[in-house]
Amino acid sequence: MDLYQFTEGIVTWLVNIVNWVLNWIGLHGLANWLGGADVVKFLTLLGESVVLLLIGFIVAITMIWQERKTLGRLMDRRGAMVVGPAGYFQNIADGLKTLLKEYIVPDKADRTVYDWAPVIMIGSSILLLVAIPLSDRFYMSNLDAGLLFIFAVFSITPFAILLGGWASNNKYTLIGGMRSAAQLISYEIPLLLSLVGVVLLAGSLNIADIVNAQSDSTWFIIPQFIGFIVFMITIVAEVERIPFDLPEAEAELVEGWWTEYGGMRFGLLMLAEYFRGYAGAAVAVLLFFGGWNGPFLPAEIWFMLKVFIVFFVFIWLRGSLTRVRIDQVLNIGWKRLLPLAMVNLVIAVAVKTLGWF
Amino acid sequence: MWINMGPQHPMTHGLWNLRVKVDGETIVDAEPVIGYLHRGWEKLTENRVYPQIIPMSDRLCYGSSMTWSHLYCLTIENLMGVQVPERAEYIRVIVLELQRIASHLMWLAAYGTDLGLLTAFVYCMRERELFLDLLQGVTGARMTYNYPRIGGVRNDLPPDFERDCLRVLDYFEKKIDEYEEIFDGSDIFLMRTQDVGILKPSDGVNLGVTGPALRGSDVKIDLRKHDPYSVYDELDWSICTHPDCDCYARYRVRMDEMRMSCHIVREAFKKLPPGPFRVKAPRNGPRKTAFARVEDPRGEALMYVVGDGTDRPYRLKVRSPIFVIVSAVPVMLRGYKVADVPSIMGSVDMCLGETDR
Repeated sequence: MDLYQFTEGIVTWLVNIVNWVLNWIGLHGLANWLGGADVVKFLTLLGESVVLLLIGFIVAITMIWQERKTLGRLMDRRGAMVVGPAGYFQNIADGLKTLLKEYIVPDKADRTVYDWAPVIMIGSSILLLVAIPLSDRFYMSNLDAGLLFIFAVFSITPFAILLGGWASNNKYTLIGGMRSAAQLISYEIPLLLSLVGVVLLAGSLNIADIVNAQSDSTWFIIPQFIGFIVFMITIVAEVERIPFDLPEAEAELVEGWWTEYGGMRFGLLMLAEYFRGYAGAAVAVLLFFGGWNGPFLPAEIWFMLKVFIVFFVFIWLRGSLTRVRIDQVLNIGWKRLLPLAMVNLVIAVAVKTLGWF
Repeated sequence: MWINMGPQHPMTHGLWNLRVKVDGETIVDAEPVIGYLHRGWEKLTENRVYPQIIPMSDRLCYGSSMTWSHLYCLTIENLMGVQVPERAEYIRVIVLELQRIASHLMWLAAYGTDLGLLTAFVYCMRERELFLDLLQGVTGARMTYNYPRIGGVRNDLPPDFERDCLRVLDYFEKKIDEYEEIFDGSDIFLMRTQDVGILKPSDGVNLGVTGPALRGSDVKIDLRKHDPYSVYDELDWSICTHPDCDCYARYRVRMDEMRMSCHIVREAFKKLPPGPFRVKAPRNGPRKTAFARVEDPRGEALMYVVGDGTDRPYRLKVRSPIFVIVSAVPVMLRGYKVADVPSIMGSVDMCLGETDR
């Protein structure tokens, strides 16, 4: 039973109850409409989205907590520890705090764009969750070109950042937005090239197929080690974390492109960052670490465990590296990572042609 | 496009404004604006009797208050012709060097955050605590010590101070190795600091730059050697310089100076003589002028006093090292990227208290 059938069962059960009530009242037309196949399907998809959003939300909250605790330990301190068990509810307290903040809009901001840029950013970040399966039964949609979809959605965000940075009418945000665009062209090509090797080996862009190909042979990190390194570096740039968090480099650009976003917008943008962090770690797990496969435990738990381990690497990088300069990102992307990605592609082709996979 | 970096900006380490003219991300010109923290310090001193000014001089720089109160006492001793007992001189050298280490540690902590490495901040603050504890043991205060007196120091070293101090130094020298692993071991840190913020030796000398900033430009000048005060000429130590003239050189000089300060403290403990730690100073200053200059952790600090025969100074002038170095900032910044601003300004070790006075 997969997630769709599960949700469908629940929705059908609920609809039956409501229909019984409606029939008892006498609204037979409404009951018939509600019992129709289309409406049930719509409600099922809606329920599925809610489940997925909830999972994304919980994962993001847990990741913030994980980051706080791990970073704290790396820094020889303890991290959040007061609210809830081991400080787990600190994030929720912070979220409530951002709700209470005053909602300030810059006087000369371009209101339409200013309002819509975070919507695009948050919306695209949530859209990412749609294409990420937790296991072969726990998924929202099993797209034929799922990998392509994920990275297409990933690339929407710099657009939102550019718009938001420009619309805030602030010099720091403008530079931050421009940097985001410049960073995009520096990491996107090596990132996608490093994925081509995996796609070649699996012979598919479908995520379930890629994971199954790994369970048939071995984790793709072994034949694709160079690709994995390139992928990890570029995915950190993609999710904009230190050392590649240039659009929001706080030392020189205050808070970068979201300097002028306050209150719950800031909170949601922060949450969207972690949605993207989750998506980045999840893609790394799906492509290189055998996805949800693992002994003894349920597939979903294995998947989450691996995601948190990959995310730990992100935190580790943040705790030990300084920020890179924007022109150096371009240099790294084009002069170092692109050739490496090409080499990786050659290896993938060789491995595939020799029939080892 | 002119960007105002300050007065409220994460880069500034205090309250000042760096106006930067940028072409894209390249800095064309820069213009430091200072004076936000002006307290009229020099004027205030004219209404205080000589000993009352000692705690005020602590407030000149929050990073290294000991050097400033020591400098003030040195100036007034020169004015009054007071001969300080030898034990007091050695105690002064010990606390000054401990203060120098604490000040450099605070700089290193701030430099870490400037470059996006929060871990270094926490690590350096952790070790700075040890030195603050030592100084607290001697003086009773953690930040503004009010310890030197005209004609000596306020009190003798506490019992077992030498043992505690040497233990801290042994521990700390291992920690410097750890910092070097974090900073020098990171290619990204080297990328951010090497060949950035070049200050040619000729420019440095012409603009009046002093201290670690000038020694980082390979000019071997240190007032502790060239115009020895206290008992620095009786101790065995050497000047730390670095030939690279960039931010990395300034970082290296400070790291070496921390090691050298540990060495100086050890030397001073070896030669620490018994005897009185304070002599009585006259109440009124003579009708003449005097000055003294010391090697502050940030550069050459100088005080010039005019006495008029009363118990108050007629005029007290402070030459602050950072006030002068700020004028060299445009030279260091021109031609680099906006992202280099924290890297370059951080390597200067700004302290606004003494700059604006």
